[in-house]
Amino acid sequence: MTVLSPRLCSVMLCALLMVGLPGHANATEIELSGDCPPGFQLVSGRCELRSLYQMYPSLEDAGVGGLKTGLPAYRDGYSPQQIDLGRYLFFDPVLSADGSVSCASCHQPDRGFSDGRGRSVGASGKPLLRSAPTLWNLAFQQRFFWDARANSLEEQMLGPLYDENEMANTPEGLLRTLNGIPAYRKLFSQAWPEDFRLADATIRIDQVYTALAAFELSLISLNSRYDQYAHGYADALTQPEKEGMNVFRSFVARCAECHTPPLFTNQQIAVIGTPDPQGMDFDPGAAGPLKEPTLRGGFKVPSLRNIALTAPYMHSGRFATLREAVAFYTGGRGHAVPPGENLKIHWHIWEPNLSDEELDRLVDFLQTLTDESFKPSEPAELPSGMPAVHNEIDQQDLTTFNGAADHE
Amino acid sequence: MNKIAIIVGAAVVLAGGYYLGKMGQQPATVIKVGSESKAAFTSTGAEEVAAAAAGVVRSLATPTSGELIVVKDGESIQDAVVAASPGAVIKVMPGTYKETVYIDKDNITLSGVIEQGKYPVLEGEGLRNDAVLYSGNGVTVENLYITHYKGNGVMGQAGNNFIIRNNYIVDTGVYGIFPQLGKNGIVSHNIVSGIEDAGIYVGMSDNVDVVFNQVFDSVAGIEIENSRHALVESNFVYNNTGGILAFITPGLPIKTCGDVLIRNNFVVDNNHDNFAIPGSLVSNIPHGTGVLVMACDDVVVEGNIITGNNSVGITFTDFSLAGNAANDPDSEPNPNRPRILNNIMQDNGKDPAPAVRAVLAAMLETTGPDIVDTVGMDDGCILNPERFRTIGLGKYTDCEFSTTANVASYTLPEPVPARSMEDVDKGRLVYYGVCAGCHAYGSRMIGPPTQIIQALYMDNPEGIAEYAANPVKKREDYPQMPPQSHLDDETRLAAARFMLKLTQ
Repeated sequence: MTVLSPRLCSVMLCALLMVGLPGHANATEIELSGDCPPGFQLVSGRCELRSLYQMYPSLEDAGVGGLKTGLPAYRDGYSPQQIDLGRYLFFDPVLSADGSVSCASCHQPDRGFSDGRGRSVGASGKPLLRSAPTLWNLAFQQRFFWDARANSLEEQMLGPLYDENEMANTPEGLLRTLNGIPAYRKLFSQAWPEDFRLADATIRIDQVYTALAAFELSLISLNSRYDQYAHGYADALTQPEKEGMNVFRSFVARCAECHTPPLFTNQQIAVIGTPDPQGMDFDPGAAGPLKEPTLRGGFKVPSLRNIALTAPYMHSGRFATLREAVAFYTGGRGHAVPPGENLKIHWHIWEPNLSDEELDRLVDFLQTLTDESFKPSEPAELPSGMPAVHNEIDQQDLTTFNGAADHE
Repeated sequence: MNKIAIIVGAAVVLAGGYYLGKMGQQPATVIKVGSESKAAFTSTGAEEVAAAAAGVVRSLATPTSGELIVVKDGESIQDAVVAASPGAVIKVMPGTYKETVYIDKDNITLSGVIEQGKYPVLEGEGLRNDAVLYSGNGVTVENLYITHYKGNGVMGQAGNNFIIRNNYIVDTGVYGIFPQLGKNGIVSHNIVSGIEDAGIYVGMSDNVDVVFNQVFDSVAGIEIENSRHALVESNFVYNNTGGILAFITPGLPIKTCGDVLIRNNFVVDNNHDNFAIPGSLVSNIPHGTGVLVMACDDVVVEGNIITGNNSVGITFTDFSLAGNAANDPDSEPNPNRPRILNNIMQDNGKDPAPAVRAVLAAMLETTGPDIVDTVGMDDGCILNPERFRTIGLGKYTDCEFSTTANVASYTLPEPVPARSMEDVDKGRLVYYGVCAGCHAYGSRMIGPPTQIIQALYMDNPEGIAEYAANPVKKREDYPQMPPQSHLDDETRLAAARFMLKLTQ
């Protein structure tokens, strides 16, 4: 099989070349699935979310509470075809200007839809400012990016698609590329048959965003061993894990006050004063985007579901392990704030004096939040005909840009 | 009738004026008394109030099944909770219990037995985190003596229909009693002291009565935070840094606070030094604070005896008091529609805390007022304002109602319904929410297609439910199914029935 280096040709050229190659003749034979992903029921052509948590109410419909608390507001209702088209786009490096990265490069299914790096690396090869967040359970998120600067997934994806350090594309370039690939024109017409009645209909940019969002919103993880416990099966957790759960929700460690069940985030901005990797400038976080100076150093409280899969931790990956991450919270209020920074540290950051054993139990508990039972399969073949690139992460790179290299 | 009274009254005033004028003396102060009775108090919880008024006030009770478990000194309370089924009553005999008790079940009554004044003691030894944690609905915690825990005495996370009463909570960490994210509950007849944050803290909850408690020697006595429909009545709150608080904490996921009645409490001598944890919101409370309302809306302060609080009797304020916390652009900071009715206030403000003293100095005052509104709200009201020394109440008007007596309770007339709602098809949720990870209708996934399972089991959902609990390796070309025994029998059967009905 001929393998072209994506960097050696323009995307248009690559795409055309590869589609034309005998080895990739199958690309035009790809059909979109008519089945909803697991976790969804097909109702009148749309996929609706189903979860045991829908049995439970939640106070003020906020989706925060205890074990048997309902979910916050969520987005669903895409067609199976739109979701499946999104899956192809997500894995296809043809979305990046030089064909070198796909969405999956920084959001790898096998790494909890993150990338194992402290700070992600895009097409430019330079480390970005922050780490790639997991994509699990995005359907329940109200705000996106660590600094909460986007209010929808469609708004969020403009960042990575068009940032010169990430996928470095342009809307025009992206549309030109996709419209130049017959397989994609066919798949988009399957996802939006009513928009493709005329022979000269072309792919629209909003359809690209909708398909990507549809796929990302279908990544549901609510079937961990913790969830089995929450639904009433007391033996789902071991004794050390239950002890960890009690430390987690105690008012000493106070983890559950912000990482609140059932999603293990209350979706607020919190200033907790975690350190950046050495040599990095202080990251002001949400203060700028939200125009609120008192939120300097504030970041969105991340969900802890599948957290064991997404090391290193915090917004720029300073902590290599969960154990280091939980130990931060018992290090003392503001202990890692750079000199000269006067942050409004969150009131739940205090001095809980957690013992080593309690920190170990916390890690035990966090590992019970892992559930990949609805992990989507990766396409065997991409519509562009290009090979998938997301598993090519260089282990050398990983340690270079990983918090592990410079943590204390 | 009224008209005649007014005319007669006017005639008397005129005549009196003439008489006094003639005698060369000062005229008497004439106070006009409204002859019409005031309108009834209305709140956003009005329907709940009306319904409650029809029945017995606070009739809430934890359902029991007749199951009784007795825990004796030397045994473990948690073992009893593990053994208990919903509806069980766990009686804890006097003795010392060194453990954290967590209740993740519904309808459990945890009840201490008090003999000759001897309580069952939950002893944290300064090592353990919380004494009692519950997440279940319908939990009662009563008659316990709780001391020396690092975290909270009794902490609820999302349990509805809770009752926390008759407990004795001494010197135990951050909060004495802390129901959070729950709806419909009672906190009554507890004695709470020596708490470094709030003795009783109702956080992000709805429909809670905090009544007949004694709270002292703590930083904050009773706090209602980011909650709606709360009644704080007939509590004895003294020698705390601040007595009774209602406020919004910025940065929480539930962003409103409102419809709080603070009524008929004794709020006395709350002059304790502030010994709160640095960084906590209550570390900002000046000692000598009686009642403090920060950003919480529709708060009524009625009929309280508020005396001897050395900074200020009643304070209405915005987030400016919480200078150590980040702002929350999504929380509205003003204490909208404050209502102040007929409180008895004496001896407040005679030795203000330094922060209060500084503010007063700018106004050339040295004594704290009975009542201050630091925002200067223009939608507030007060009855008989002339009785009090006030600051910032210039835009307050006369209240349209004089009592909230029509609100007997803010608890609900009926308990919040159980969580498994009847109109939810549990089988459908389990099939799509769990089974679908491995089974699709017509195509092969990790497990065989549902269509094939339908052909095998036809009219036998019990067979599927049984197999799913204890699967064995059946097919060469498929992995063995993991056991689904985490789902109870009824749930597995519901899923199996749904699975057999599927047509797509």
